[in-house]
Amino acid sequence: MEQADKAGIEAEGLVREFKNGPRAVDGIDLRVAPGEIYGFLGPNGAGKSTTVLMLTTLLPPTAGTARVAGFDIVREGGEVRGAIGAALQEAALDPLLTGREHMRLQTALHGLPKAERGERSVELLARVGLSEAADRKVGQYSGGMKRRLDLALALAHRPRILFLDEPTTGLDIQSRTALWDEVAGLAKEGVTVFLTTQYLEEADALADRVGIIDHGKIVAEGTPAELKAEIGRPTVEAVPHDLDDQARVAEALRPFGEESGATKRGGAAVRLEGGESQLADVVRALDAAGLAIEQLQLHAPSLDDVFLAKTGRSLEGAGEGEPGSEEMEAVGVP
Amino acid sequence: MSAHTTQVGQLARRSVLRTLRQPGQIVPALIFPLFLLAVNSGGLKDATNLPGFPTSSYLTFALAVPFMQGALFSVMNAGTDLARDIETGFLNRLALTPLRGAALLGGLLAGAIVLGLVQAATYLLVGLLAGAELAAGVGGALVIVVLSVSITVAFGTLGLFVALRSGTAEAVQGMFPLFFVLLFLSSMALPLELLQTDWFHTVASINPVSYLLQAFRSLLIEGWNLGELALGFAIAAAIGAIGMTAATAALKTRLVRT
Repeated sequence: MEQADKAGIEAEGLVREFKNGPRAVDGIDLRVAPGEIYGFLGPNGAGKSTTVLMLTTLLPPTAGTARVAGFDIVREGGEVRGAIGAALQEAALDPLLTGREHMRLQTALHGLPKAERGERSVELLARVGLSEAADRKVGQYSGGMKRRLDLALALAHRPRILFLDEPTTGLDIQSRTALWDEVAGLAKEGVTVFLTTQYLEEADALADRVGIIDHGKIVAEGTPAELKAEIGRPTVEAVPHDLDDQARVAEALRPFGEESGATKRGGAAVRLEGGESQLADVVRALDAAGLAIEQLQLHAPSLDDVFLAKTGRSLEGAGEGEPGSEEMEAVGVP
Repeated sequence: MSAHTTQVGQLARRSVLRTLRQPGQIVPALIFPLFLLAVNSGGLKDATNLPGFPTSSYLTFALAVPFMQGALFSVMNAGTDLARDIETGFLNRLALTPLRGAALLGGLLAGAIVLGLVQAATYLLVGLLAGAELAAGVGGALVIVVLSVSITVAFGTLGLFVALRSGTAEAVQGMFPLFFVLLFLSSMALPLELLQTDWFHTVASINPVSYLLQAFRSLLIEGWNLGELALGFAIAAAIGAIGMTAATAALKTRLVRT
């Protein structure tokens, strides 16, 4: 691997196995350019957090190599930690300390000169909109405020690379959008961002490039536009007036393309082989079948379609019910 | 100030703040031992009539016990705080900084030191106000506080070790009854020489807690007995050294950063 890219991330054949478990990460290759926002998309238990723990030096890989900011994650762990900031899954904050006290601790532990610590703390608390709440105990913060403080702490020592592990999970849309704006702003300043998420819209809106991970393997990678173009075809979804007619709707749609399965609204969907021009034929077919349709929607290809095409499953709920997936990741947290 | 000193200082500050902001940690550690002192000194005062009992005031004899009970609370408090850091992921946050393991452990014990100081001063003051004697005078009071804090820190390292090995606050709290058994199987209620039951005398004789109690009692009852004091400090140092060595090793396993 080349040393030239000192602000990026490169991984080759990265593997992490846990005792008595399957490979949480199964030979992934990554290349994240400086200043890029890389979205690592996948369901619960796919291996996202384990990958982040390895890249941030908190978990040694079982096999493979990776360089972060030009440093080897195994042999040069200290240098890697000096170059990165990380907000790991679940904001790890002390409920008994205030936001300002957190900043003071973090800046001191990162070795910022005493004179600079206060100034940096004030600057970052203002940046994430926590100036007024700075002297309140974190136990009184909302989920969004905790996430923003977590981000500020990750930035305390001006890292070149930022790892954000599901930073908006559980946040309301307003808090989520505010965090997206902040992350986008950081990338404009030249910070490389490695962001894991299980939200399609987050990866779509924020990431320059997306890697889709499932069962420890990267199944697709590219810009959101490239990935969607790969799928190419739009999806048409029809919801019958009488939900008992779902099977008949699916039957009527079947000639038009590959089934996407039952939808959340109780309808059926297919990816149109012939593209948007088939929509009129779809309407005629549903009418000919005597079906009363409540809703008919044409969806442009989404990252969920990409995930479905690559794994045969929809991303939403893909990780649920997979035995031991979350526990397996938890074992690795040192 | 070196980076290492700064790290210890900041973590110590956090540890102290955490301790002071958790009345639920401080109040039981102060009230419970004093409550037991009141019960024991009232109920067992006739023990002073036994031939060979070293003092006519059972309160003075029993005043050594709260210092040990306070130290046992420190096991739970220091360990529980660290276990919570592990459970919440705060330890991972610290692991991503250039923090040294020794600084983490040292900083965490700062809270135990503060609690130990508050405990020792309170027990001594309440005991003296209730009529206990202090044969070694003002200097003895200072040594009692220093010895109490030393024991608190020594036992605190055992709490850190259990927290690092188990990673759960429940496991740390589960140790509390075990340490109390250690206290009850010592010369807590009677001097070693007056323990008549063979097995109990044997167990109490090899139980280091008996000698820690004796170090306090020497200052309260006799005055200055350097041999017993030295033994008390040596046992505290040994427990602290063993606890710190074990905690340092456990921290290396827990912080598997590359």
